[in-house]
Amino acid sequence: MELHILLIFMIFAGIIAIEVRDLLSSVVAVGAVGFALCLAFLILKAPDLAITQLVVEILCLIILIRATINRDLPLTIEGRWVFNTLASIVFVAAFLFFAFHALKELPAFGEPIMEVAKKYLEEGADKTGAVNLVTAVILDFRAYDTLGEATVLFTSVIGIMAILRRPGRKKVGS
Amino acid sequence: MIDNPKTGMSLIVKTVTRLTVGLILLFGIYIVLHGHLSPGGGFAGGVIIALSFVHLMLAFGKDVAVSKISKNLASNLESVGALMFLSIALIGYLGGSFFMNVLEKGKHFKLFSAGTILLSNVAISLKVGVGLFAIFLALVILERSSKEK
Repeated sequence: MELHILLIFMIFAGIIAIEVRDLLSSVVAVGAVGFALCLAFLILKAPDLAITQLVVEILCLIILIRATINRDLPLTIEGRWVFNTLASIVFVAAFLFFAFHALKELPAFGEPIMEVAKKYLEEGADKTGAVNLVTAVILDFRAYDTLGEATVLFTSVIGIMAILRRPGRKKVGS
Repeated sequence: MIDNPKTGMSLIVKTVTRLTVGLILLFGIYIVLHGHLSPGGGFAGGVIIALSFVHLMLAFGKDVAVSKISKNLASNLESVGALMFLSIALIGYLGGSFFMNVLEKGKHFKLFSAGTILLSNVAISLKVGVGLFAIFLALVILERSSKEK
């Protein structure tokens, strides 16, 4: 149910990102899609992917805002330092509060939980026939991930070949 | 073409390259084929295979390396690698699901064991190796065409 709400929200945010005229609003809408995807990963019980998505999303947002801010945003920060400082302090305090409670839930050092990994280590060699367990995981248990990685590599090679190809295509009409 | 003193680096580099490049290629192939037995696998082995050709290109110049693998052959091999990996994934449907390991598992520590994992490693190494080499080739070709202007 939550997943469906998130997906509908993502579709709407995507449409807004395409349709809105203001570049900065478009970037913010793209960021909203990314954070909703991050929440969707959390709901699907993949926290590692959620963390990765969060970091990538923040980096993308910063880069995109840097790319658009010069031409599109009338930035005014003068005369608002009280509000800015207060907002920063409140956010840092909230972050520290939640981080303190979240970090207490982590397993102690040297005593990992390893529910899935234990199974891989115990049965991996017999189930896949590969004694190198890293290969057993990436090409058998998690081969779907590897297919995605291979697709990313393939796409990047295609992109580089398309950008760097020698003749360069001329624009129609010029 | 190989002994042309005008292209590539000095005689010392060329001689050392001639001695080592085959060994590097062989080591890459070894890493790929033993991916399911020892550390390594398709990605690492593919990078080493690509580096042997990059080595050749750095030492002897562009033309020698292109005579070994042309750009079209590189594109074709990369596509073959990608399609091979995908078809290995689809073969799994014979056993019931995507990426099912349908082939004979064999004995542990034997070269021909682990079913489709060996084939997947070969496919990935083709993709990674040729893909990296193609990127390097594209960069080199761009450098020459920008000089021509």
